[in-house]
Amino acid sequence: MHPLVLERPRDLSAALSFGAQAGRNDAPVEYIAGGTDMVQLLQEYVRRPDRLVSLAGILDDGIEIGPQGLRLGAAATMAEVAAHQAVVEQFPLISQALLNSASPQVRNQATMGGNLLQRTRCPYFRDIGYEACNKRAPGSGCAALDGENRWHAVLGTSDDCIAVHPSDLAVALVALDASVELRGTGGDRSVPLSDLHRLPRDTPHLEAVLEPGEVITAITVPATTAGLRSHYLKVRDRASFEFAVVSAAVAIETDGARIRQARVALGGVGTKPWRLPNVETALAGADFEPAVLRQAAALAAEGTRGRGHNDFKIELMQRAIVRAVEIAGARR
Amino acid sequence: MTAALIGKSVSRVDGRLKVTGAATYAAEFEVPNLAHAAVVRSIAANGRIAIDTAEAERAPGVIAVVTHRNAPRLAYQPHKGLPDAAVGERLHVLQDDRVNHQGQPIALVVAETLEQAVHAAEVVRVTYRNEAAATDIKSVDPVLPTGKPAEWEIRRGEPDSAFEQAEFRVDQTYVIPRENHNPIEMFATIAAWEGNSLTLWDKSQWVHNVAEEIAAVFGIATDNVRVISPFVGGAFGSGLRCWPHVTLAALGARVAGRPVKLLLSRREMYYGVGYRPHTVQRAALGASRDGQLQAIRHEGHQETSTYEEFTEALLSATRFLHSCPNVHTRHRIAPMNVHTPTYMRAPGEASGAYALESAMDELAVALNMDPVELRLRNEPDRDESKDLPFSSRSTRECYRAAAERFGWSQRTAEPRSMRDGRSLIGWGMASATYPMNYAPASAMARLLPDGTAEVMSAASDMGPGTWTSMTQVAADTLGLPIERVKFTLGDTRLPRAPIHGGSMTMASVGSAVQAACRKARDEALARAGANNLEEAMKRSGQIIEATADVTPGDETKRFSMHAFGAVFVEVAVDPDLGETRVRRIVGAYGAGRVVNSKIARSQCIGGMIGGIGMALMEHSVVDLRNGRVTNANLAEYAVPVHADAPPVMDVIFVDEHDPHVNPLGVKGLGEIALVGVAPAIANAIFHATGKRVRQLPITPDKLL
Repeated sequence: MHPLVLERPRDLSAALSFGAQAGRNDAPVEYIAGGTDMVQLLQEYVRRPDRLVSLAGILDDGIEIGPQGLRLGAAATMAEVAAHQAVVEQFPLISQALLNSASPQVRNQATMGGNLLQRTRCPYFRDIGYEACNKRAPGSGCAALDGENRWHAVLGTSDDCIAVHPSDLAVALVALDASVELRGTGGDRSVPLSDLHRLPRDTPHLEAVLEPGEVITAITVPATTAGLRSHYLKVRDRASFEFAVVSAAVAIETDGARIRQARVALGGVGTKPWRLPNVETALAGADFEPAVLRQAAALAAEGTRGRGHNDFKIELMQRAIVRAVEIAGARR
Repeated sequence: MTAALIGKSVSRVDGRLKVTGAATYAAEFEVPNLAHAAVVRSIAANGRIAIDTAEAERAPGVIAVVTHRNAPRLAYQPHKGLPDAAVGERLHVLQDDRVNHQGQPIALVVAETLEQAVHAAEVVRVTYRNEAAATDIKSVDPVLPTGKPAEWEIRRGEPDSAFEQAEFRVDQTYVIPRENHNPIEMFATIAAWEGNSLTLWDKSQWVHNVAEEIAAVFGIATDNVRVISPFVGGAFGSGLRCWPHVTLAALGARVAGRPVKLLLSRREMYYGVGYRPHTVQRAALGASRDGQLQAIRHEGHQETSTYEEFTEALLSATRFLHSCPNVHTRHRIAPMNVHTPTYMRAPGEASGAYALESAMDELAVALNMDPVELRLRNEPDRDESKDLPFSSRSTRECYRAAAERFGWSQRTAEPRSMRDGRSLIGWGMASATYPMNYAPASAMARLLPDGTAEVMSAASDMGPGTWTSMTQVAADTLGLPIERVKFTLGDTRLPRAPIHGGSMTMASVGSAVQAACRKARDEALARAGANNLEEAMKRSGQIIEATADVTPGDETKRFSMHAFGAVFVEVAVDPDLGETRVRRIVGAYGAGRVVNSKIARSQCIGGMIGGIGMALMEHSVVDLRNGRVTNANLAEYAVPVHADAPPVMDVIFVDEHDPHVNPLGVKGLGEIALVGVAPAIANAIFHATGKRVRQLPITPDKLL
């Protein structure tokens, strides 16, 4: 681990004053919360901040449900949120996505805010034995483009980066129109989750839109998405404790045997959590006929770009959407 | 007399120590004045290095930075232990400026704390002069291993013409990727010198070999090296050899003049110890219409390093598992810029069986014959490769018992004909075999006047239950309650045991323990003139010690000795998403006498789960451009987790009394339990989907 100073501020305003920069990979001052991802990256020299600002004990960890919807404190753990009764009953998609993530030990430690800002699993990002990684070392190139890229993205890619955003939670949240509340020295603001992460473009080291000092304080999910029929489908090489090969988060409103409105997002395939408005439009008014679902899901392939080993994801993600819609439709 | 203990279900005697954290593993020994080491490893696959250590030497807490420029010249006297490659020379560490594989150690930092050592290692500046590297097996021409070509290419009958003339033929290529053992305990060594004597606390499957290797490397007497390794947190063969990090720990301790601990990180586990090699096999079977095998042609080649020729028993079972008059096997190696592979659970046998038993299944499909029936029609009367009788062979009983327990008669032969809801259900099976290995071993038994006994041998227990089974054999032989017998292992000061591999520990160490206990017992009874041992121990008032050595006779000249088995598997495959889950495995084994039914079952279940890993997920993904392992961690290198373990894992031990193999009558179980599982799963997936995947692991993308 690169030698660093661990700051343990007494309260949030003290924490903000350090000017820590979340969501970019070249910052000298960073935050640490649950640390499940950060510690790995520090140990392997992928991130080398000089100063680490601990958020332990000073961030909201409450879980509240009210007329406005759901509010998850940024320090609530994955385990707490997954098991929370109101979440389970009204936002089962979130609970399901969380329970399909990581292991019980990790879920007991990892926080909401940290989950959203965790880094890609791209092996070239995580192994400093590779010089080329634009995300880790801006301008150094991308070893994944023509390398072992079975894990990599087919949506939102650029010629500089094809790394997948690994969070399951973010995929469910983006489907449910969630937002994040940010606090900085300049005050509070709310950002739709779909705008939190940046596309890699030619600056893949800039991962999120947080300003210096800013921290995620809470996640809010609007009441309008409560109680929807939903399903989080995760395809992977083993039954548990693995990142998605492909995942699909689906929430639908039905009108008899037809879909009135659908929300569809994908994981494991995008450089950020990937919402699919074109698929949603095609599903609106559709019945559950497999051919109809299949046709709507095919629109997910628009704009995809495979790099060889990951070409299969383009087909698999369409099948995952169909299956998730079918399962969600069959739920009461 | 107490009731016979051999064959009983006895819980692990070391279980409590392990689950309470009281068992001490290599990295956990407390040694005064300990310094910590970290290794700098090559990020080039071939070339020369130049090193700048100035910044590292100035880093806080650093005691020494050792590179090829300042390292003591090590003796590296000739030494080849059983697990070493027969041809080639082991990697010499820090002796010159050449690197020939990714992850090769190129510098060692010793510091006051682990963190300081790791940090200083990170600021060692290395420049590489890269040279062309062979990192893709497709670009390497495989060659026969050096020497004794008759061992590597074997023919009987007229395999080529018999294959051409056969009415039914299968000829396919099967690929196994590189796999790493991934034991949960990472390798660690603590080295402490006192003058010219060295003590090593190490993770090892063979302490005596570590002592001999390190003595040869440093040019000191073997007696001057003591190796202590009481507990091993899984190894699966990765601890058979003495790897370069043991030398590095001892070197660091010598340079620093202090005891040094070296612990490999998880990423280093993919570079610092061996692995199951990437293996390409072609299997061609020819048969008559009634399913009689007419010809087998089976060839395979595997990656090895540029400095050692690693070989394993890839094709040996092909020559005797099924009856066939015309057989050709050819085993080649592909020397590459990689580090040397090593034995991984059922080395060779599990890999070879994947190709052979998949091809048998393809032949059964071609013949429209039940795969069990095909095997029964080719059941040999004797070992046709050695022209010897089998000491015992219970294959038929295994097929029958496992098929019956599984309900095989309910199978419909047509692929995609069995379903459960959306899932395609597949039933598949394969045969299994592993040689009975029995090697010279020694043990000592010490009877104490208080009515307890201490029994010992320098064996190892990487998980199969050596601690427990040896206690059982000793208590059974002595006729003492098991609580009064204490067995000790894992120290070169104890009587020599053979390598803890090749499924030979029960046969070899068990027979030695039995012999030593018999000898001690007879002596105690004779001395006291009693016929009750407890009475005799009390009456004599003295410690009675007996050491026994056992050694195999000429039985290998008279018999072919192997364990045999059959594995039946049910899979469910999602036809849209390509996910495969194993629902049931039934394995039946004829493995001689079973000493502890509980631990034996546990060992077989472990093999089944390992086979699920091999079939469905395990794959060290090597970047073909430069030889780095891209998934050198336990998140992206998938091994089965609890959720992957099928709800039904049934283990059947068929009754088998084999008086020829060894005094205990055991054949070993550790490795046969893995053999056959991967092909049985692959065959079940074909039955479920109609898709034959000939490249492991069978991940969802291959079934879309």
